[in-house]
Amino acid sequence: MAELKNLRRELHYFQLRLSVAGALVLGAFAILFGRFFYLQIIQHQYYDTRAEDNRIAIMPIPPNRGLIFDRNGVVLARNYSAYTLELTLSKIADLEGTINALATLVDIQPRDRRRFQKLREESKGRDNLTLRSRLTDEEVAVLAVNRYRFPGVDIKGRPFRQYPVGEVASHVVGYISRIDDRDVERIEESDQAGNYKGTDHIGKTGLEQSYEGVLHGTTGFEQVETDASGRIVPRGTDARTRTPLAPRTPPQPGNNLRLTLDIRLQQVAERALGENRGAVVALEPSTGGILAFVSKPGYDPNLFIDGIDPANWDTLNNSPDHPLNNRALTGLYAPGSTFKPYMALAALELGKRTPNQTIFDPGYFMFGNNRFRDDKAGGHGYVDMYKSIVVSCDTYYYTLASDIDIDILSRFIGQFGFGSKTGIDVEGEFVGVLPSREWKVKRFKNPAQQKWFPGETISVGIGQGYNSYTPLQLAQAVATLANDGVMYRPHFVDYVENPISGERSYVEPQPIKTIPLKAKNLEVVKNAMVGVNKEGTGARAFIGAAYVSAGKTGTAQVVALSKNEKYSEATVAEHLRDHALFIAFAPSDKPRIAVAVLVENAGFGARAAAPVARQVLDFYLLGKDISKPIPKPAPKPAPKPAESAPAPVDDDDGED
Amino acid sequence: MTTAKIRQLIERFTAKIDRPLLAIVLCLLALGLATLYSAAFQAPSRFGVQAANALLALALMWATAQVHPQVFMRIAVPVFLLVLLMLVAVMLFGDVRNGARRWLPLGFASIQPSELMKLAMPLLLARYFHRHEAALSFREFAVAFVLLAVPTAMIARQPDLGTALLVAAGGFYVIFLAGLSWKVIAAGITAVLASLPILWGVLHDYQRRRFLTLIDPSSDPLGSGYHIIQSTIALGSGGITGKGWLKGTQTHLEFIPERATDFIFAVFSEEFGLIGATILLVLYLGLIMRGLMISANAPTFFTRLLAGAITLTFFTYAVVNMGMVSGLLPVVGVPLPFVSYGGTSLITLSLGVGILMSIQHHRALVQT
Repeated sequence: MAELKNLRRELHYFQLRLSVAGALVLGAFAILFGRFFYLQIIQHQYYDTRAEDNRIAIMPIPPNRGLIFDRNGVVLARNYSAYTLELTLSKIADLEGTINALATLVDIQPRDRRRFQKLREESKGRDNLTLRSRLTDEEVAVLAVNRYRFPGVDIKGRPFRQYPVGEVASHVVGYISRIDDRDVERIEESDQAGNYKGTDHIGKTGLEQSYEGVLHGTTGFEQVETDASGRIVPRGTDARTRTPLAPRTPPQPGNNLRLTLDIRLQQVAERALGENRGAVVALEPSTGGILAFVSKPGYDPNLFIDGIDPANWDTLNNSPDHPLNNRALTGLYAPGSTFKPYMALAALELGKRTPNQTIFDPGYFMFGNNRFRDDKAGGHGYVDMYKSIVVSCDTYYYTLASDIDIDILSRFIGQFGFGSKTGIDVEGEFVGVLPSREWKVKRFKNPAQQKWFPGETISVGIGQGYNSYTPLQLAQAVATLANDGVMYRPHFVDYVENPISGERSYVEPQPIKTIPLKAKNLEVVKNAMVGVNKEGTGARAFIGAAYVSAGKTGTAQVVALSKNEKYSEATVAEHLRDHALFIAFAPSDKPRIAVAVLVENAGFGARAAAPVARQVLDFYLLGKDISKPIPKPAPKPAPKPAESAPAPVDDDDGED
Repeated sequence: MTTAKIRQLIERFTAKIDRPLLAIVLCLLALGLATLYSAAFQAPSRFGVQAANALLALALMWATAQVHPQVFMRIAVPVFLLVLLMLVAVMLFGDVRNGARRWLPLGFASIQPSELMKLAMPLLLARYFHRHEAALSFREFAVAFVLLAVPTAMIARQPDLGTALLVAAGGFYVIFLAGLSWKVIAAGITAVLASLPILWGVLHDYQRRRFLTLIDPSSDPLGSGYHIIQSTIALGSGGITGKGWLKGTQTHLEFIPERATDFIFAVFSEEFGLIGATILLVLYLGLIMRGLMISANAPTFFTRLLAGAITLTFFTYAVVNMGMVSGLLPVVGVPLPFVSYGGTSLITLSLGVGILMSIQHHRALVQT
């Protein structure tokens, strides 16, 4: 009996334990249910969003960059699509080995390797780098067959920029290149980060840089479904997709630029400069539209697009000729005697001279104890204003300058744009120096040097001394003179065109200002400049021209000579020789073109610079190209291997 | 043969099978296979393998149900010693997979002896307490703890924290049901809490990280927090009704790791929502309550303890797995019973259910 009781009590005790366990079970399940309820009902919205964020990625669709055409519709910058060989570093264990193995299949030059190496160093953190671009069809085929051997190696179709005319107008068009850290900063500052997702390249110089906002276009977006490892699940193949993806927002292509520049004229001007360093700026006086804008030597902008390889970069960057410098925009030169027409105009407008007033030129001008020498030994004899310009008499202008206060002179001359930015539509133009007392105070720290000496005005009078201007400023000044004092903002772009709607927005020719000049005074100066090309220093260059042109030669000293030293081209080092200059406009009565030519270290303007201007004017006004016949263009787009040969330019290569 | 004869045959065949238990297990296996079909979309062969595993498990369950509980008691000690020996063998020359030494190569197959310990442990302890039923003193409980501690420690060192936890739990349930004094339990809990800092020092780095990421998964979103983050997203985004079978984005875009095995509950909840999860909870609750009932009605101390401990082990499986997937518990490798892909655990589980069935069927036979 006792044992049975005991058994029963024990059983009861056991069942109590079981009940405790059962309660534990119920409690635990209640907690679990609470957790599920919390996650799946209360927090459902939050987790649903997170699940959607997990699977949906926004893929940018980069827009096509706008094209650049010259005034006749010749393509200066275009896009084509080509295959590139890209390596995903994180998926490649033996990079060197992979590249060597790839080199047995496709053409990989040492310069490709160097460029790849540079790219790797510069773009830390980027996983996907281009080893070779512009693969040939054969290479693509070979790679496709052997692709299984190379994990992390991809062939991708990408749009490429190409500059078909290559070195011609390279400084004007500029180039695009990979976006670097500084570009990223600028993009973020201008709140364009979203628009540059998916864009690898950005304009670095020239119009490509200055019109970046116009050329780039608007990036489109597309929602894609990605899996956990980031692979995109192809659209439409996925039955699992719960909510449909948002429709694709197509990209808006960049706008095209139509320039006022005539690429044939540009080519003529470049050829006319020959092997010399120099600059030619030609523009339309009645609009300010740039017709030619040459800086020699140039470079092939195509080299920069995929990142220039170190060897080419060294060659360009370390060349004593500085091919990367845009001389027309940033080169500063003394104007030399091309300054004299403005001096003459100043004399007339300020009432310091009459046209017929003469001076006697013994071949020098004494200022105090200083002897200012004229070019011509023995002097020009009696010289009036007309003759002073036609024969370029220094003594006349020494005398004149000594009669005008530097500040008054500076104010008058400055009206033509000397020493101030022209406002041209590319970045980076230099200001130059228009000498004045105020400038000198600013320029020098030492009070003794800050004082303006009257003798300095004498040098300024013949375009020497502190004078220093860009070829663009010289061209703008002569265009303003040709246009009777009405000044336009020089510009490259005629209009911006939307490639889809065809809508054009013109860079309206807007006069910046009109310099108040007396017509009769202008007449005197212009007439004298016509005389230069008819019977003066420019006559030889313009012999037999079928139009009436006005010009002025100039020769600017690079080094100051001591008093008794005589300049001799033969004895002076090449880079210290005088610069040759020439300014001109034509036809003289109704100017259609104004031009400024600068040839570095080439000696007399009459001999080295005037013939260049003659060729430019001949071609523009007469369509006559005396330099060389322009070859027919090669067959259309040449996305052929490695280098893209600059295609010659011709009328037939119309816009498309 | 007449229909009566066929019916008689079927009745004889199923006589020792507990209908409620069988129904629940079949439901769980079906849900498991359906979920696996979705989860293992990248390795479709797994579905066939698991279906075969399920058939094998059902066969073993039937076979075990035929065995008399007396036999279990008789083989308890030899089985325990054999499994212990295998654990020693694993320590000496086991295969290393995923950085853990858990597998014993047998030539034709590899097995995890630790898995077998989940049954061997309750068997041994139940028998031990049954033997000393008349006079259970503190000494017996102390011995039981030692018997439990040795294999648990061996498994924990493999390392296999999940299995060690289940073995320890299974053994502890026997001890608890055998009547361990509440005072000792209270003292034990206090001692465990007090020794937590020491325990912390013993843990592996990855184990520690799992605990830390439980508290704040975002502290390591790509490392050990990733599992928890992605599985809670799967659960939460499932909502009430779920995204539908084969339509879970977290599953099919491979955001859920281990989605066929330990994290299959994330797949299930994403596709079937709170409704599905509740059904699963109810099924497990039914399984456990039925098991506890069997235990309560079992004829001997041995069978009561064994049935109770096995049942509570099922409970531990389910709670630890679902708690882990829903971000309540740290990540330990515990499968979802009858649902997760994997043959070994399925076999252990069905042997357990078979034992329960055997105890249920033979209760009257013994009592009379």
